[in-house]
Amino acid sequence: MNNDRRKLLIAATTLYGGVGIASFATPFVSSFQPSTRALAIGAPVEVDISLLEPGSIVKVEWRGRAIMIVHRTVEMLETLSNVANQLSDPESQASVQPNYASNTHRSLKPEILVVEGVCTHLGCAPLPRFDVAPEDLGNDWRGGFYCPCHGSKFDLSGRVYSGVPAPTNLTVPPYAFLDDNRVIIGEDTVET
Amino acid sequence: MEKLNTWINKRFPLAKLIKEHATEYYASKNFNFWYGFGVLAFVVLALQIFTGIFLTMNYKPSAADAFASVEYIMRDVEWGWLMRYLHSTGASAFFIVIYLHMFRALMYGSYKKPRELVWLIGMVIYICLMAEGFFGYLLPWGNMSYWGAQVIVSLFGAVPYFGEGLAEWIRGDFYISDVTLNRFFAFHVIAVPIMLLLLVVVHIMALHEVGSNNPDGIEIKELKDSDGIPLDGVAFHPFHTSKDLVIIIVFLILFSAVVFFAPEMGGYFLEHANFEPADSLQTPEHIAPVWYFTPFYAMLRAVPSKLGGVLLMGLAILLPIFLPWLDKCRVKSIRYRGVTFKIALALFTISFIALGYLGLQPATGVFTLLARGFSAIYIAFFVFMPFYTKHEKTKPVPERVT
Repeated sequence: MNNDRRKLLIAATTLYGGVGIASFATPFVSSFQPSTRALAIGAPVEVDISLLEPGSIVKVEWRGRAIMIVHRTVEMLETLSNVANQLSDPESQASVQPNYASNTHRSLKPEILVVEGVCTHLGCAPLPRFDVAPEDLGNDWRGGFYCPCHGSKFDLSGRVYSGVPAPTNLTVPPYAFLDDNRVIIGEDTVET
Repeated sequence: MEKLNTWINKRFPLAKLIKEHATEYYASKNFNFWYGFGVLAFVVLALQIFTGIFLTMNYKPSAADAFASVEYIMRDVEWGWLMRYLHSTGASAFFIVIYLHMFRALMYGSYKKPRELVWLIGMVIYICLMAEGFFGYLLPWGNMSYWGAQVIVSLFGAVPYFGEGLAEWIRGDFYISDVTLNRFFAFHVIAVPIMLLLLVVVHIMALHEVGSNNPDGIEIKELKDSDGIPLDGVAFHPFHTSKDLVIIIVFLILFSAVVFFAPEMGGYFLEHANFEPADSLQTPEHIAPVWYFTPFYAMLRAVPSKLGGVLLMGLAILLPIFLPWLDKCRVKSIRYRGVTFKIALALFTISFIALGYLGLQPATGVFTLLARGFSAIYIAFFVFMPFYTKHEKTKPVPERVT
């Protein structure tokens, strides 16, 4: 009996068997990926915003999440710099957004805001509260989003106030303008 | 009959198995009620599998039908409400029994040499059980099911680089959807139960190889009579089985009381928010997992960073695995161990229960601070164990059980 030869044969057989197992496992592991149907349902959503009046909001669903599109007025945009000192991440450094939205207005076009309506705390749905100084939110309130679950507050750019449970600003999904009136959500590499 | 017996035993070791695991398996004669929880865990496992089979006959694992099919079981299926309440109460009972079973092992040092593998296999069973509970909780497709799964699956998203991809892979979609429900159903009714059954067999085989521990933490195999039978041992059957029967009856009385009079247990066994169907756009006001996960959930939220929280939670679940090697004290039972271990175990137990309570509360202000304190004690119990058990002042251990 040649021990060296036997060792080599055992190693080669094991290796070959391992390759076989790995190849066999591949389709099973891959079957866990989103299916073609799930990918189709999760495809980018096109929204027509031509009827979105200044100061109003529309919610659309993309990948099971509510996406809020707000047409901000000039007055609303002016509040953004006034509240900056009360925010915990005014420059959006710790928050999730595409590069083109990491500015004060957190959007491509200053007046159109696109953010996920998902609180960064535990995933509740923040309410749009554009009224200034309402009774329940206090005199300092300049309009924004308020999460009724645990009281997190966000300004009109979805930036989180300090001293509330939510850790970061509302997430901005990837999006792009197809033309002046049409936004596509879920994709930002569209060729126009 | 005699002929049939011989015929079988020539082909299958039936008589040998009965001898080895029942009539000639010797366990210490001084077992107290703490030694009943292993048997109870087995009873609950059998009950869960039995009722589960009947539930699958009427349940539909699709996002469109799941919630309605559970209501159908509750209202229209003959005795369907009983099947479901037995199963949902059984889930909580399983964890109560298992936690007490594990606490018994901590008290009497049942994880120590030579039972390290019994403990290790037991920990794997516990982790499988948590997976089973988690998968099963999504199936009623209530709003708390939905958001509970959402929160837990998004924990995997905290892993750097490939976290989001991993979470997507687990869900099979970009959010918890029909696809996720369908695969969780497969895990809950096939994959994990098969693993559980297999692991229970392995757990018992390992236990019967080394023999059961006892409240005195003495190896009864060291003192045997002339027939080779441990002096302090009595046969598992009929002595321990008849005692176990009493324990099972007491358990079933308590269990039935919950099933028939308080199946929701005030929102602890079946959470109120779960009586609304799942809604991907509307979260329940306050997301809390079922009570048996809350100690770990409290630790998850105690850390201000997402990844940090996930790591702490993982650590808290994995640390007990290393107990047999962390505990340097040779004395097994708490009866003869030093005061340092007694205090440590008491603090650990208090922390675990307190964390369980805190996990049900909102993560704000003083609750968060308390959760941090108790998490620190929980971790310290394990991390400092080699040091505080090394030079423990123990009492003399008797030769025979008391």
